[in-house]
Amino acid sequence: MSLGDSSTPIGKVRGLGSAHHGGEHWLTERVASIALLLLGIWFVASLLFLPKLDQRTLIEWLHAPSGAVPMALFIVFAFRHALDGMKVFIDDYVHEPGTNFAINTLLLFLALAGGALALFALGRIAFGAVA
Amino acid sequence: MVASIIHRATGIALSVAGLAILTWWLLALANGTDAYAGFRGLSTSLVGRVVLIGLTWSFFQHLLTGIRHLVMDTGAIFELRINKTSAILTFLGGAVLTVLFWAYLLGAAK
Repeated sequence: MSLGDSSTPIGKVRGLGSAHHGGEHWLTERVASIALLLLGIWFVASLLFLPKLDQRTLIEWLHAPSGAVPMALFIVFAFRHALDGMKVFIDDYVHEPGTNFAINTLLLFLALAGGALALFALGRIAFGAVA
Repeated sequence: MVASIIHRATGIALSVAGLAILTWWLLALANGTDAYAGFRGLSTSLVGRVVLIGLTWSFFQHLLTGIRHLVMDTGAIFELRINKTSAILTFLGGAVLTVLFWAYLLGAAK
């Protein structure tokens, strides 16, 4: 503990340091990564268990709620996790505050745009007609 | 050390190439037979196969080193020997799962 730091060790562990939310952010990242772990296993298992991987079968799969809902969650958690991970990477290697802010902002916009585009495509499949 | 570097490298590959291809795949699926034929043609070409197999390996490797990191977050497996063993196990597992996945997909001719 440095001089002038008023928080106690237990307070820091509980995320009650000067920022008040460090521990919570760390835990949220872990919970989100566990969610993506389950969704990722679902995605790969689905590809293995589908009878065929042609367009018709895939559209039928993503048209049904049992395919569309986990896929929507997979998209959301995959883009979120990618953004979290890229931010850790950028924060480790880009120390100049202005450049760091610019790259992190660009990554945030890319993740939001990419995630929205993927969800839009899924929506067309889920709510569209089965070919 | 190596497991940590590989975890980052595979994470970046999945974030950039993996999510781009996932999004492109969904758009192609949604945009009719011609669009999907274009995706299918590229994804079954030699370059497409290499990229997809690389991403599959990245997925399994990142998943396993990710689980290892979650275990380490609980304060476990920091002892040198089990730490090293668990790292080696992630590499074995990542390679084996990738081979099994593609052997099954290509074998089932889907």
